Amino acid sequence: MTATITLPDNPPVLKAESKNLDFYYGSFKALKDVSMPVFEHKVTALIGPSGCGKSTYLRCFNRMHDLYPGNRYDGSIHLHPDDVDVLHSSVDPIEVRMRVSMVFQKPNPFPKSIFENTVYGLRVRGERSRSFLEDKAESALKGAALWGEVKDRLDEVAVNLSGGQQQRLCIARALATDPEILLFDEPTSALDPIATGSIEELIGAIKNKVTILIVTHNMQQAARVSDYVAYMYLGELIEFGATRDIFMKPRRRETEDYITGRFG
Amino acid sequence: MAMTATSGVAVKPELPSGAAKLAEYARLKRQRKVRERLIEAVLLLAACVSVFTTVGIVYILLKESLVFFAQVPVWSFLTDTQWTPLFDDAHFGIMVLLSGTVTSSAVALVIAIPLGTIIAIYLSEFAGHKTRETMKPLLELLSGVPTIIYGYFALLFITPMIQKIYPDLPGFNVLSAGIVMGIMIIPYVSSLAEDAMRAVPMSLREGSYAMGATRYQTAVKVVVPAALSGIAAAYILGISRAVGETMILAVAAGMQPNLTLNPLEPAATITSYIVQVALGDLPHGSVGYQTIFAAGLMLLLLTLFFNLVGYWMRRRFREAY
Amino acid sequence: MSSALSPRTEQLRAIIRKHKRWDAAFGVLGLLAMMVGVLTLAALFSSMAIDGIPRLTGDFFTSFPSRRAGQAGILSAWVGSILVMLVTAFFAVPVGIAGAVYLEEYAKKNWFTDVIEINITNLAGVPSIVYGLLALGLFVYAFGLGQSILTAGLTLALLILPIVIVTTRESLRAIPQQVREGAYACGATQWQVVKDHLLPYGTPGILTGVIIALSRAIGETAPIITIGALTFIAFLPPVPFAGEPAAGLFDWLFSPFTVMPIQIFNWTSRPDPAFQQNAAAASFVLVFMTLGMNGLAIWLRYRLRKNIKW
Repeated sequence: MTATITLPDNPPVLKAESKNLDFYYGSFKALKDVSMPVFEHKVTALIGPSGCGKSTYLRCFNRMHDLYPGNRYDGSIHLHPDDVDVLHSSVDPIEVRMRVSMVFQKPNPFPKSIFENTVYGLRVRGERSRSFLEDKAESALKGAALWGEVKDRLDEVAVNLSGGQQQRLCIARALATDPEILLFDEPTSALDPIATGSIEELIGAIKNKVTILIVTHNMQQAARVSDYVAYMYLGELIEFGATRDIFMKPRRRETEDYITGRFG
Repeated sequence: MAMTATSGVAVKPELPSGAAKLAEYARLKRQRKVRERLIEAVLLLAACVSVFTTVGIVYILLKESLVFFAQVPVWSFLTDTQWTPLFDDAHFGIMVLLSGTVTSSAVALVIAIPLGTIIAIYLSEFAGHKTRETMKPLLELLSGVPTIIYGYFALLFITPMIQKIYPDLPGFNVLSAGIVMGIMIIPYVSSLAEDAMRAVPMSLREGSYAMGATRYQTAVKVVVPAALSGIAAAYILGISRAVGETMILAVAAGMQPNLTLNPLEPAATITSYIVQVALGDLPHGSVGYQTIFAAGLMLLLLTLFFNLVGYWMRRRFREAY
Repeated sequence: MSSALSPRTEQLRAIIRKHKRWDAAFGVLGLLAMMVGVLTLAALFSSMAIDGIPRLTGDFFTSFPSRRAGQAGILSAWVGSILVMLVTAFFAVPVGIAGAVYLEEYAKKNWFTDVIEINITNLAGVPSIVYGLLALGLFVYAFGLGQSILTAGLTLALLILPIVIVTTRESLRAIPQQVREGAYACGATQWQVVKDHLLPYGTPGILTGVIIALSRAIGETAPIITIGALTFIAFLPPVPFAGEPAAGLFDWLFSPFTVMPIQIFNWTSRPDPAFQQNAAAASFVLVFMTLGMNGLAIWLRYRLRKNIKW
């Protein structure tokens, strides 16, 4: 069954798109023929019940699945404007990850100092100059709304921060390398409501600098932060459209059933 | 539904576009790949050192033993009842050394297996958390003392102690060495047996307790049978350790080859014989020198056999849960 | 309450009492069994201490062995032990850690990896004297390294390699997967993940394992005797750049030597009780070194784990 995709009349700039993407965990087909646009400087949310493949889809964008044996991609994800197929075997996953960053569900700062956490992505690229790194760290931490709280203790270990602060540090770490796309994998499900609110605010603030793709199991969150929503079910894309359209007048029965809570 | 890149794209200055940028990325990728492959090769080489070691051991023992067996037929090696490699009329009956190994191991295991099992059952089924946390490191300490010191202890403490009860005991004897060896091996047996017992699921125990059984009954009738292959693996480890022990026997059992199964006499084992030869002045290439490799080969085959049996048993025990 | 219990209850209670007696008896048996071990340790330490401590004068540590028991000391032995340990660590630590990293992070699940892992498990169970035979045939004669500190260090390195590999692997395994994913997501290569994260965070566990492995090596006697270490060494290996003519930087590696366990062995074998007292004193020092290393390992592990919360 093909997906129902509703594009706006003046579609914004395309940052990336998946074309007929299949994904296999061993012999299990977890993604089925997913073709979907990702618009630049917009927040696209992936929603759907557990096991629908949204995290699996997200992790294709930065080739995370390469880390584990037995996984296979079939299809393509094109990164624009240079039209590079991120999943192609000749493309180095390291390079993909330098262009596409990720923030994980459970905050995972390294047991290093706040400064070292923030600049790790830059060090990995070979940046050595201390002044350059310090500037980058400051702008990344400001971008993640964490600078004020940590500017006097950049050399303290990151594990002493609160959960919400740790997640913002992970966002700063992801932002420090000026990624083109920032992937969020359920970034607030391990946080309390206040921390959740500050992360959602942050997402709204940074979207004009970076394209955001966010997986969330919380529909209200999707409604709050996103511009576009993709509803997935059992590995297929069911419907894609502007957030208001999806939540107010979904065109597919399945979407409506999920949104109205007829099933979870 | 077809998707196309739309117009009106503003190219940001730092975006990787253009053939030059892509060529740069391709060059960096190649560099990265080469460096990563090189590092992986070095790490693989390090991991292979263990394989080289095994190959080296087998090669050296076989090579030197073959020289030996060219002069001494395998049959007489296995069946001769004398071991007198330095005499003019030399005899090379490995049985003599084997008898020492068997006797000393038997004495050691008579101590290590019952005590090790009892301790394992006690720590696994009876003891409280505090007791276990205190006793386990203490028992580890038993296996951490250098064996030369155990040899000293056997010779200068245990033997005189036994001589108080049995004055005819010779100064060098297999009994004292075997006793000390046994005590040293207790932690090997108890630790592995205890792990096997702790791995038995609580549900089995609960079934037994629910019937009104005591800890002792549950331990003996339910836990031990369920952990049997792991416990057997622990025993095999103990046997292997006993067969391979050298210094305690070299110091306290005397190094006199003696075809006997009586622990109250001195005897040489395969291991202590090798030490004795190494301490002497045997010219490289002489038959006497070659004997230690033949003896070593025998030792390797013995311990290899026990290790394989133990490994197989542990695989079986792991599969059960 | 009725004073006459039914015969059935009476029977049950008698059975329970009997079983409880067995239970209690086994409890006592278990404690006694453990006491055997504890008492042995106590007897061992006290007999060494009683005989040996009076002998532990400053001279004991700074004198060479001598035919006169009263003047004999462990200078060449403890210096030799430390030098051999340096060589052992120099080879065993990098090779062991590298091998463990390969097996834990790089190796794919195939027959070749199985062969390597089986080898490591096997080698851990090979008697130490067999390593001595390997060293004798290979290092001393085939490679021509002689009966030297270098040979001893290499032999012991091979001996403790399985311990270093196993403990390093366990440390690496304890690092949660999220750390690796976080590092990869930043664009790190596999080696960068190992170098920047896994080795630093695994250091406490790795260090503990290395020190415990070395404490085992320092007490090994059989392989060192087999390669032909002499038991009467009344000199120290040549100090680099010292002496007439000046010794080379690496001459000490090829020097004859002795180590603590061998010195103890030598003195224990002498019937003279004065030498046996020396043996007790040296044993005391050796046990102190071994226990000290174990204690250091545990303390280091505690200190270095402070910033890690998993």
